[in-house]
Amino acid sequence: MTPLDRRTFCKLLGGGIVVLVTTKPVDLFGQQRRGYPEDLNAYLRIDENGHVTLFSGKIEMGQGVHTSLAQMAAEELGVPLESMTVVMGDTDLCPWDAGTWGSLTTRMFGPAVRAAAAEARLALMNEASKKLGVARDQLVAENGVIAVAGDPSRKVTYGELAKGKQIARVVDEKAVLRSAKDFKIIGKPAKRLDAREKVTGRAKYAGDIRLPGMLYARILRPPMHGATRTSLDVSKAKAIDGVTVIEKDDLVAVLHAKPDVAAKALSLVKAEWTKPAAAFDNETVAEYFLKNAGEGDVKVSRGKAPEMEADETYRVGYVAHAPMEPHTAVAESKDGRITIWASTQSPFGTRSRVAKELGLDEKQVRVITPFLGGGFGGKSAAQQAVEAARLTQITGKPVMVAWTRGEEFFYDTFGPAAVVKIASAVDDQGKITSWGYDVYAAGDRAAEVLYDAPNARVRTFMSRGSAGANLHPFGTGPWRAPGAATNVFARESQVDVMAAAAKADPLEFRLRNTSDERARRVLKAAAEAFGWKAAPGPSGQGRGIAVGIDSGTYCALAAEVAVDKKTGAIRVKRVVAAQDMGLVINPDGAKMQMEGCITMGLGYVLSEE
Amino acid sequence: MNQPIKFRLNGRPVTVDTDSDRMLLWVLRTDLDLTGTKYGCGEGVCGSCTVAVDGKATRSCQTSLASIAGKNIVTIEGLEHDGKLHPLQEAFMDHGGFQCGYCTSGMLMNAYALLQQQPHPTRDAIVQEMEGNLCRCGAHQRIIAAIQDASKKTGGAA
Repeated sequence: MTPLDRRTFCKLLGGGIVVLVTTKPVDLFGQQRRGYPEDLNAYLRIDENGHVTLFSGKIEMGQGVHTSLAQMAAEELGVPLESMTVVMGDTDLCPWDAGTWGSLTTRMFGPAVRAAAAEARLALMNEASKKLGVARDQLVAENGVIAVAGDPSRKVTYGELAKGKQIARVVDEKAVLRSAKDFKIIGKPAKRLDAREKVTGRAKYAGDIRLPGMLYARILRPPMHGATRTSLDVSKAKAIDGVTVIEKDDLVAVLHAKPDVAAKALSLVKAEWTKPAAAFDNETVAEYFLKNAGEGDVKVSRGKAPEMEADETYRVGYVAHAPMEPHTAVAESKDGRITIWASTQSPFGTRSRVAKELGLDEKQVRVITPFLGGGFGGKSAAQQAVEAARLTQITGKPVMVAWTRGEEFFYDTFGPAAVVKIASAVDDQGKITSWGYDVYAAGDRAAEVLYDAPNARVRTFMSRGSAGANLHPFGTGPWRAPGAATNVFARESQVDVMAAAAKADPLEFRLRNTSDERARRVLKAAAEAFGWKAAPGPSGQGRGIAVGIDSGTYCALAAEVAVDKKTGAIRVKRVVAAQDMGLVINPDGAKMQMEGCITMGLGYVLSEE
Repeated sequence: MNQPIKFRLNGRPVTVDTDSDRMLLWVLRTDLDLTGTKYGCGEGVCGSCTVAVDGKATRSCQTSLASIAGKNIVTIEGLEHDGKLHPLQEAFMDHGGFQCGYCTSGMLMNAYALLQQQPHPTRDAIVQEMEGNLCRCGAHQRIIAAIQDASKKTGGAA
């Protein structure tokens, strides 16, 4: 970024003290590939009222980072959490960001926020030092006030320091982060900053944006993926008062000032289609994958390669994200620019995609991300934003595209159906000797060899970029920690099979076969809290235990279930989780995530097929 | 068809002059600009669009404007009075009974209607009554705890 750009940029953010931060590793945020904003990944502004605004390209979809990012900034800056405002996912105001996915916000963006805030504190200390005529190391900063140590009457507020200033700082001096023992805000349960808006119905989601003259669009959809339209009759839809019908290339849309009238008009559009034959169905999907997957990639290889006469095959079906808020976007074209309010996990990616598909420069597109009503990885692409942008470009009017529940299930980028084949061997001491693991379609996330098998091979098939990657008949993509659910399910199930064969207790068998200390600790913690009583499986006690690793976090779950042996109905009586996730910013928020993941996992296993 | 429909909305009389076959959800969200009530499925199965009609939890996406003539409607916007939150809203905040917040309006309105009818519901009764309100983030345990808490604090009075 040139100095001029930076000044312009700071002006856009407003007066006061602005801190721009670059933290390594820059590549994680993709700036080097992108050119803009090149070196910056966190911005923070302190205005003359002492109010602090954090600008983040991340988005809030329920995961609570709106609050935890503010906690990190408030801690380092020395201001009350309540004085923080967080602006998220606005491509005009926020630093470029690859997207809110991969469990990256807290562990990767968090340090950038803390660095920005610590640097801001340093900048304020320097100003205060000049103003009070006292050396910086004689000053203390707390609650938005800098005072002389031992003489609190000699003080100056952040607001006073920021008043009339246009200071832009780039982190050039390594500001020292506060250490854990001094934390006042990080690590303390914080009520979510978005709570009041969300319990009063005032929180704005993309579908709640209202613009003068806005039209609601409904788009004609094919009856199945790959279908081709052979006829079209829009005459009855056109006959409805106030309806606009758009036909352009493949896009057929009806628009009206009322969404329900647009829906009615769409129901009057007649179209005929030819449908392709389906390559497979629920029953044959695994067989189809195994037959057509092509070559695999070897991810792990040690000792002697296991014979893949698999003794177990694990299958999972496609799984929908099903966020409560379907994909929605509002687009407005004004003064040569298109502004889009979109429910997307990737505002900057959406900006690029819209610009590309509409033949615009990225500077002509602004994406604003209101609150998302859930995402879970499913709002990583933003087809609805492109649709809204195209329609506003064609009609010249603001347009909302809000997918119906049916469209949401149709265009979801499902967590992929997947197959895992495992061939394993245990010696007479109950030690795993061999681990052969082939995973189809789920990828290698959490497919590492957690157990101490001397001979092991892990191969992935149909991974992104490989020949077999396009075997899915519709969009697939990340579903929560992509692939981890599949891989942990398969691996831990196989471990239970091995434990049973070795006549060992499932917990003891796991501990015997892994030297990974963190895995051992979460297993022991979960078992202790659960009240685990050792018995060889299957014990008939209706309980199980498993361990997984994702994004540097270790988690062990123990569950107690009741099974109706006649009907097969399963009732989950309790689940105990032990999770080692490193520095916890908001303990209550972290618990919410753990509870939510357990609940979504139970839904996946017991009720979604 | 186009007979103006009168009803009470959050304590105030309103008249809406539109096709009375239209569903209340869309009239609230577009004609009346009350966007707190959410669309989730349009089939009456997810509960996101729940409002109280004469004190009963009602799926507004399945409720025609004509059918509410003369009735008393409360939406999420009607729970707060003079800046003071309803005990259920306080309890949802205290217990963290939401994540993304999209199902929250419907959850609150269903719970509001429940407490009007059963001031002290058992846990099982809460689970049964809230079963038709879907939450994808998995805030269920906290939502139940929040309703129990609000029930204690209000004696059920709404």
